[in-house]
Amino acid sequence: MGKTLSQKIWDKHIVKSGDGDPDLLYIDLHLVHEVTSPQAFDGLRINGRQVRRPDLTISTEDHNVPTSNVDQPIEDEISLKQIETLRANAEEFGITHYPMGHPNQGIVHVIGPELGLTQPGMTVVCGDSHTSTHGAFGALAFGIGTSEVEHVLATQTLPQPRQETMAINVTGELPSESSAKDVVLAVLGVVGTGGGIGAIAEFRGSVIEALSMEGRMTVCNMSIEFGAKAGLIAPDETTFEYLRGRVNSPSGELWDKALTEWKKLHTDADAVFDREITLNGAEIVPQITWGTNPGQVIPVKGNIPKPDDFDDPAEREAAKRALEYMGLEEGTPISAVPIDTVFIGSCTNSRIEDLRSAASVIKGKKVAKGVRTLVVPGSGVVKKQAEKEGLDETFKAAGFDWREPGCSMCLAMNPDKLDPRERSASTSNRNFEGRQGRGGRTHLVSPRVAAATAIAGHFSTPEDL
Amino acid sequence: MEPVHIIQGTGVPLDRSDVDTDQIIPSDWLKRVERTGFEKGLFSEWKDNPDFILNNEVYSSASILIAGPNFGTGSSREHAVWAIQQAGFKAVISPRFGPIFRNNSMKNGLVPVEVESELGKRLLQEVLEKPFLEFVIDVERALVEVPEIDLTFAFPIDESVQERLLNGLDDIGITLSNEASISKYEEDRLAWLPTQSS
Repeated sequence: MGKTLSQKIWDKHIVKSGDGDPDLLYIDLHLVHEVTSPQAFDGLRINGRQVRRPDLTISTEDHNVPTSNVDQPIEDEISLKQIETLRANAEEFGITHYPMGHPNQGIVHVIGPELGLTQPGMTVVCGDSHTSTHGAFGALAFGIGTSEVEHVLATQTLPQPRQETMAINVTGELPSESSAKDVVLAVLGVVGTGGGIGAIAEFRGSVIEALSMEGRMTVCNMSIEFGAKAGLIAPDETTFEYLRGRVNSPSGELWDKALTEWKKLHTDADAVFDREITLNGAEIVPQITWGTNPGQVIPVKGNIPKPDDFDDPAEREAAKRALEYMGLEEGTPISAVPIDTVFIGSCTNSRIEDLRSAASVIKGKKVAKGVRTLVVPGSGVVKKQAEKEGLDETFKAAGFDWREPGCSMCLAMNPDKLDPRERSASTSNRNFEGRQGRGGRTHLVSPRVAAATAIAGHFSTPEDL
Repeated sequence: MEPVHIIQGTGVPLDRSDVDTDQIIPSDWLKRVERTGFEKGLFSEWKDNPDFILNNEVYSSASILIAGPNFGTGSSREHAVWAIQQAGFKAVISPRFGPIFRNNSMKNGLVPVEVESELGKRLLQEVLEKPFLEFVIDVERALVEVPEIDLTFAFPIDESVQERLLNGLDDIGITLSNEASISKYEEDRLAWLPTQSS
């Protein structure tokens, strides 16, 4: 029997086979940020250990950085201390670091790919659950906790138990008004928050193959929201074209050699997945979350569900609680719900293509009265490119606030937060209670829908403007 | 990590599904660079509600958190595990755990006890009715006993994890004993893989 893509990558990284125990896997790239690393570096110091491969490690500041006045000192003293701690640790252990204001600084999952650091067949880890983003390149990429960050720093390896394999097929052709975000939200609507636990998911099918690298990153990014260990997509011409000529991509003879190897990275025709689901791409219309977990999804043109529609008592109870928290009335159209804030950003949707798509919707229009709007580019590189294309002017002319790179309102560790009961249309990845600020109400949508919503003042698709 | 053999104590019923790590410890608390002091952040957005179960005096000495399915989904923050432990809990019982949270728990000696969905519901109900019900979680036998209601059940645990918990072993130390294998692997890595010079 053949192997799946993830099994091939896994097997190539076994340093020591577990034989019943977890396999010891080699890690090709370790991304580090300020929030999940300080205690790991402390652990190294306490035990007199070094970073084994600083040359395979890279760090940046993203989670907690402000997105305005970045030339000024950080006002929040605790945030400042965390940033300074990372800078000192990078210096002490010899790790390449991109600080706030550096042209390469940005969200870890945006800068890795754009610097060409994420390549097919690699293993990539980071103390952040959205590390699955890098799977878009046909890499095995997953989020880890701080103990594991310390483990990778000290050994460049991780003991990992084998995972099941899961195929997520998205067939046919996506309607023109839908995007990658709608694909992954639709998947979440089908499998729920626990459907991928214990498995590595491979996204396949004509809809996935037609996506750009940015779109593929959006899809893989949210694999953790259904509990998958990782999500990945087989590399193809789209992948190779994206990588060609990037700073860390191979060049010359090595490029040819790499290409030969990368082309072998696909699931064998006779491989069998442990789990398999199929969605018809043609049926995927623009999606939105209505509740407090990312599996609670409906079409933007749909009605808010009634708790009694759920057969499972636990789901019914969760729906009731979610509607109460979200301040929504069951059975009514979600498009009628007015919003306070629109956030375009995060490791899910802050890349150049996302900004282009949002800008094309708002061009020549004005943000609805009273709506707060933030556009936070994923990295310094994205910001520069957007400004070169004049997208910043389009956003500003419409009334959007154009910010500096960072995680920002996705998790509200910096000053960008929702107030209690404030409602957002957000291109991020989590609609958990309080995720964007205590008492805040988050609805996850695509950049197109977020942009249209900012103009309409209530949830809307661009087609309905 | 301290060795963990037997956990004996009472439980607190947190009857909710999808308790994600943002609820366990909101992001404001993640700015700390220390490994301690997270107990005050535990469920800090729910704790203002006097009816929140963890505010109930009856359960104040509980050392086992009993929750609905999909406990610990979401963010990779190990701070969630530290907060639960520092608030006095030694084990969490749930029908299903977020995978990164589960991993983080075991690295810190917080025992995740996964149970069948129906059993999970029953345990929540039992503890709601009998707050002083005593649980014995035996890591070595991978068994939970609740003598008062004559209940014994097994829970899944990987042998390697069990061994680490029982002996309080340092994962990094174990891996470093494979130094020769790691160095050998490094010699054969593909030539084009990216490296940084700092």
